Amino acid sequence: MRRLLNVRPGPGARFLLGLLPLLAIALLYVGASSIRHAENPSEKILPTVGAMVDQARVMALQVDPQTGAIPLWQDTGASLRRLGLGLAIATATTLILGLLIGVLPLARASIGPLIAAIAVIPPIAVLPILFITFGLGETAKIVLIVVGVTPFMVRDLAGHIAAIPEEQIVKAQTLGASTWQIALRVALPQAMPRLLESLRLSLGPAWVFLISAEAIASDVGLGYRIFLVRRYLAMDIILPYVAWTALLAVGFDLILLTLSRRAYPWAHPARAR
Amino acid sequence: MSGILAFDRVWVEYGDKIVLEQVSLSVAEGAFVSIVGPSGAGKSTFLRLALGQERPTRGEIRLDGRPLQPEPGRDRGVVFQRYSVFPHLNALENVLFGLDCEGSRFTGRLWGQRRRAAREQAEAMLVSVGLGASLEVYPAQLSGGMQQRLAIAQALIMRPRILLLDEPFGALDPGVRLDMHVLITDLWREHQLTILMVTHDIKEAFKLGTRVLAFDKRRHDAQAPHRFGSVVVYDFPLDHKSPAPVPAELAAMAQRAEP
Repeated sequence: MRRLLNVRPGPGARFLLGLLPLLAIALLYVGASSIRHAENPSEKILPTVGAMVDQARVMALQVDPQTGAIPLWQDTGASLRRLGLGLAIATATTLILGLLIGVLPLARASIGPLIAAIAVIPPIAVLPILFITFGLGETAKIVLIVVGVTPFMVRDLAGHIAAIPEEQIVKAQTLGASTWQIALRVALPQAMPRLLESLRLSLGPAWVFLISAEAIASDVGLGYRIFLVRRYLAMDIILPYVAWTALLAVGFDLILLTLSRRAYPWAHPARAR
Repeated sequence: MSGILAFDRVWVEYGDKIVLEQVSLSVAEGAFVSIVGPSGAGKSTFLRLALGQERPTRGEIRLDGRPLQPEPGRDRGVVFQRYSVFPHLNALENVLFGLDCEGSRFTGRLWGQRRRAAREQAEAMLVSVGLGASLEVYPAQLSGGMQQRLAIAQALIMRPRILLLDEPFGALDPGVRLDMHVLITDLWREHQLTILMVTHDIKEAFKLGTRVLAFDKRRHDAQAPHRFGSVVVYDFPLDHKSPAPVPAELAAMAQRAEP
């Protein structure tokens, strides 16, 4: 009898196995929802699939007469703008600081401990400070994302660059490369796939900070809407919004992964398994 | 002392641990110096000194009569056992790297006419190490022997005064190692190189070298083994006209591991 750990599913079986738990949860939900609706037709906690589709259609297709905009797209646009700006600033900062710390021992000695100190502060705890400093507008929300993800990304990238084998750095010097040339042609290209990977990992926390900031002080955005309709127990709006948020996150993850595979094929050798 | 590379009463100490003890020697231009010795006897330290990765605690190292810069520079090429090539550049780009850095201080990349000239030079170098068919291939797709060929080509294109090899063939299969012996001997003759090669394979040392240096501790103190550093215990010139047998005591020493 083969050991269980040696049984590997083929591509088709892997897809089915992955689908199974999702289907099970969906079935469980539909079952529970219909039971509760049989008991109480005005049940709100577990809305039927039909009710959710109806509400999603309203949110995604109908213009809200009060704002003159379609809520889902208005919310998505506002949230993505904050997320995009926050992550763009975080990524650019990471690239510069990570290269400095990773390549130069002098920078590591002076900036490294500062980053380590900032990284242990829970970002949500500084949210009041951000609101006081930057007001309740867009800036505070974007800064929260930047403050929340940058320290982790910088430490990850600097660690990765510092772990480039010493042999490579010595070899580059024997080929006449200067500090600048080593940073530009040895460290930077090897940092890029890692930067994209750490950006992918930071998407999750970035969403958390975005939704938190929007829940507390905002008048538009995915997080704002979810927390607004919570007051009316509108699960038939909350659940489609959560699903849409998850879909966006998966989409970004895929885009970043594809980008990394296309641009840095050497960093993605064909996987053995 | 004359010669291309001269060590003058060089000591290396880490705290109270003495690694090298008063090493004086001179390497003649065009020599192929093999360096052997048991592990921990300071072979690698010696190479790191020559490379400028480490500086002596006492004494002086001179290259072409001038004090050696205490950092790696383009007058000394190097090939390590591993990690000698850049994984993010293909074979051609790896060889072009040095020319790129030399020709363009700010972008580190050559363009246009100068790039075409450099490319021709790099291609010729790759052909001469037997990689003419693998120009666009990334190192991860090359075998261990081919990666070392690439590392050698990358170093040689900058025409270093000395080529330093740190156990360059140590990780290769025996058959591949024999091919590499032929290659490095041919390149050494063709480019009139001066080579310093650290190896733990004493047969390799005698087969390739025109001179074999053996590092070891002259004395052992059981109570304080770290208080005696290594010195050059044997220094054999070889003429290769008659095959030199490996001295029995040297073979025994190379076998011995450090306690």
